[in-house]
Amino acid sequence: MTFELIVFYLFSAILVASATMVITRRNPVHSALFLVLAFFSCAAIWMLAEAEFLAIVLVLVYVGAVMVLFLFVVMMLDIDVATMKAGFIRYLPVGLLVTLAMLIEIFLVVGADNFGLDKFPSPAPAAADYNNTESLGNVLYTAYMYQFELAAVILLVAIIAAIGLTLRKRSGTEVRQQDPSRQVKVKKGPDRVRLVKMEAQD
Amino acid sequence: MDALIGFWEWLGENFLLAQILIKIVAIVAPLMLCVAYFTYAERKIIGYMQVRIGPNRVGPKGWLQPIADAVKLMFKEIVIPSKANKALFLIAPMLTLGPALAAWAVFPFQEGMVLADINAGLLYILAMTSVGVYGVIIAGWASNSKYAFLGGLRSAAQIVSYEIAMGFALVGVLVAAGSLNLGEIVRAQQGEGGLFNWFWLPLLPLFVIYFVSGVAETNRAPFDVAEGESEIVAGFHVDYSGMPFAVFFLGEYANMILVSALTALLFMGGWLSPLPASWVEGVPLLGDGMHWMFAKTALFGFFFLWLRATFPRYRYDQIMRLGWKVFIPITIVWILVVGLAVVYQLPWWFD
Repeated sequence: MTFELIVFYLFSAILVASATMVITRRNPVHSALFLVLAFFSCAAIWMLAEAEFLAIVLVLVYVGAVMVLFLFVVMMLDIDVATMKAGFIRYLPVGLLVTLAMLIEIFLVVGADNFGLDKFPSPAPAAADYNNTESLGNVLYTAYMYQFELAAVILLVAIIAAIGLTLRKRSGTEVRQQDPSRQVKVKKGPDRVRLVKMEAQD
Repeated sequence: MDALIGFWEWLGENFLLAQILIKIVAIVAPLMLCVAYFTYAERKIIGYMQVRIGPNRVGPKGWLQPIADAVKLMFKEIVIPSKANKALFLIAPMLTLGPALAAWAVFPFQEGMVLADINAGLLYILAMTSVGVYGVIIAGWASNSKYAFLGGLRSAAQIVSYEIAMGFALVGVLVAAGSLNLGEIVRAQQGEGGLFNWFWLPLLPLFVIYFVSGVAETNRAPFDVAEGESEIVAGFHVDYSGMPFAVFFLGEYANMILVSALTALLFMGGWLSPLPASWVEGVPLLGDGMHWMFAKTALFGFFFLWLRATFPRYRYDQIMRLGWKVFIPITIVWILVVGLAVVYQLPWWFD
């Protein structure tokens, strides 16, 4: 067993264990934190596959931004565990059946028959001066330019749609609103302070 | 001396792991000492700015004050609130300190003096600093106190917002340097013009935005609403005492030093001398070297303290407005400007 293999199995074990914890923990905050651990171990496995750019971006985007917002929402939710657990036994057979079907499908598609070592031999390790980021950029902005820009446009549409869905204009005099841009425009002189000369009193 | 160098090379050939461990200690131990004396410097400098003397009782001129503080915190009782989530409560401080120290792994102190010279160094640092927010969020949640919880939520929203502006500022740097490797970024700032060749001039808006976002990311005044002692007591670490509190403190100051050092590295030429190389040929200390790196870092560290002594705390909606409506649009426009300058090889910096 080489060192690489030991590292791979170590992180795979952590990944599978934490993924199991995500769906079995009762506390949703614990689940979210185990999902963070799962992302981390996944990044480590990608690092092992010499995909350091993707590994670091996984940590940066999913752990650093997406999961923070996720945690933010989950921490504020008041989830009633009892209602969520209700009917667990009743739905268990259906759930198991669906899981089994999905498992078989996954094995048929990405199993050893299609992606075995004889079909895809492991690539030779890259040289020390090989730059993962640079080669990815070279492909992304030439061969896959069209797909890349399509993805960008779809994301932009999603952002605008999300803002459009949540944007609501509240009007009327009963709604007290602050407009920071008007507040910061206030000048020190006439807008805010008025100096008044007064006679001294005794 | 020769024997020592020989031993070092022998160690690298036979016990690489031991050599790496020695290097890590050589970075972390001085860093911890810097953190300790940074707290002392903060109290002294803010003291003088407020026409007070600051700590002057422990040791000559109060120099042993940080040691006394550390010893006091170490022997204090660790109080864990009875309804707190014990495991997460104790993990949270480590999650603040860990990434703050791990980020130093790719930091070049001088030409060739770096623990791990990786290609995607800048991305790694960005990833590590973004992980640090978990300590604050988990601390806020695990304390089971509403003040701590509010502090954690504020900090999460603030850090996620300013990370975008910070990331865009770094995109400008990597476009200008053409590399993600921190050593390459410094070498790209080398030139006959001395300090006018550094990136602070062509990337001036990004430079300012990076530093201000860094202040916001580390939850320092005037962006310290996560602590906000006047409204939410002490924010996320209200229930912490003794050593866990000390670890939070260490993490915060280590992060401050990291942001200062990164600003110096990315925009102020890192270890490069501000004087043109032809002027200082053979003059000791004026040429390129690690001491310039430390001097620049100390300067930006001083800015952190200066900001804290000068500005009142921002209101929360103003913080959000500054991040989203001011910083992010400016960075996007300036990335375009930098891109054009690089494409058309603007003389002096990019030719």
